[in-house]
Amino acid sequence: MTKPSLTKRIRSLRPWLGLASLLAGLLLWQFAAQTGNLPSFILPTPVDVWSRFVRAAADGSLFLHMGVTLAEILSGLLAGVAAATCLGYLVAKSRLLENLLAPYLVASQAVPLVAIAPLLVIWFGPGMFSKILICALIVFFPVLVNTVVGVRAVPPALYDLMGSLRATRTQILFKLEVPAALPIFLGGLRIGATLSVIGAVVGEFVGADQGLGFLINVGRGQYDTSLVFVAIFALVVMALALYGVVAWFEKRLLIWQNTVDSHL
Amino acid sequence: MSTDPILTVSDLTVTFPDNNGGLRALDEVSFEVRSQEFICVLGPSGSGKTTLLRVLAGLFPPTAGEVNFGDHQQPRHGMVFQQSNLMPWRTVLENIRLPLELTGAADAESRARALIDQVGLTGFENNWPRDLSGGMAQRVSIARALIHDPDLLLLDEPFGALDALTRERMWMELSRIWQARQKTVVMVTHSINESLFLADRVLVLSARPGHIKLDLEVDLPRPRVDDIRYTPPFGQLARKLKAAIE
Ligand SMILES: Nc1ncnc2c1ncn2[C@@H]1O[C@H](COP(=O)(O)OP(=O)(O)OP(=O)(O)O)[C@@H](O)[C@H]1O
Ligand SMILES: [Mg+2]
Repeated sequence: MTKPSLTKRIRSLRPWLGLASLLAGLLLWQFAAQTGNLPSFILPTPVDVWSRFVRAAADGSLFLHMGVTLAEILSGLLAGVAAATCLGYLVAKSRLLENLLAPYLVASQAVPLVAIAPLLVIWFGPGMFSKILICALIVFFPVLVNTVVGVRAVPPALYDLMGSLRATRTQILFKLEVPAALPIFLGGLRIGATLSVIGAVVGEFVGADQGLGFLINVGRGQYDTSLVFVAIFALVVMALALYGVVAWFEKRLLIWQNTVDSHL
Repeated sequence: MSTDPILTVSDLTVTFPDNNGGLRALDEVSFEVRSQEFICVLGPSGSGKTTLLRVLAGLFPPTAGEVNFGDHQQPRHGMVFQQSNLMPWRTVLENIRLPLELTGAADAESRARALIDQVGLTGFENNWPRDLSGGMAQRVSIARALIHDPDLLLLDEPFGALDALTRERMWMELSRIWQARQKTVVMVTHSINESLFLADRVLVLSARPGHIKLDLEVDLPRPRVDDIRYTPPFGQLARKLKAAIE
């Protein structure tokens, strides 16, 4: 009788363990920065970073830049996912289209996005649009590939089922293909969401006057390393939140394939 | 039993394209199915049994020949596949309801529940297919094939994946459902016993390309109980089928 209650207690401690380890990490960092006697522009202490955060939050600049980057990420993600899903569906359905597009798709994967980001900024200016484009491009490929794989993985026998029931094209799309392709598609979306954050920051590094990538550049230029840390943490929080949203959707939409949750 | 044919198949030929002149799966197959008849199709592997069912279901047109459905222009089909072929993202109830969702019937829910009762799955309405045993999944797909009250039931080795005991229980259930609901059934099987337990008539297909080698009337009394397999008429029919298959 004592055993299950003990494992239960350990389990209820689990979230606190993560927090404790984070706290320990912060303490270690503070300790290292102080005893190493490093100047603040090389390695600021957590306390430095915190006070810099408070300052940037108080004058509103942090949230302005976060807002800009978030807007770029979300618009880019939306555009990239929409385009990749539509094209991916058509490619999955047509070998001809696949063969026509294959060289471009392979080439687009061979070109590192970081290398063409400057080009896009030259063409489309330093504003938000070029960042949205970079986000959309970086998101495009994994979502496209997963859409194609997902749609092609629909069991042929289920097409036979829908056919024997005289289902229309639209019914086959919404009642068979969409739900059947969803697990693999959402896997692509999860990768895309993570990449979109990278895309926005890369774009802002190359040329921007707003956004967290811009803020990192500013901090570096002014030897305000605490500000760089603040911007990085803001990015981490945003990336985690985005990932969390997708993971939450995944869990909600795919309850039919979740095995019994081991954490509950 | 009425005698007007609900389904007439004449000179049905199916050739699949391949590298050397096409692969002939069915060769001038002709037969008639009367309303409320239970037909079994026997034949060696690759003789075109599944192909025949898929043509009857209208999944693709035959290379030559015709399939006519009497006065029903667009007959409704209920199809049961060799594997239970359920949608894993739908619960038992939602899977059974699917055919009615496609046509938009208002009483889908209550009809699905009634059928769940009939196939003995009460209490499993909200289970996911992954939680079902093979026999339960196959009963779900039988219920799904019945819910829109089809004119013609097409069954492709529906019990092939089941163990002997479950299979024989399913025979009983199927023949009970068939008699209660007055359906016309075309069922593909590998098993002589199964065909003699269930069918009014057994068609035997030859090895590829499949053509009809034997069209055997099964005049065993109904309801057919377990012991029937030890009676002389059953044995004679079984011998005839066996000879035709080999
Ligand atoms: N879509 C297809 N394209 C090409 N060839 C096919 C196709 N479907 C079936 N065939 C071929 O037609 C022949 C008959 O196949 P079918 O599946 O109808 O046989 P079957 O009698 O159902 O066999 P089994 O008892 O093993 O299920 C086989 O040789 C098969 O390879
Ligand atoms: Mg078959």
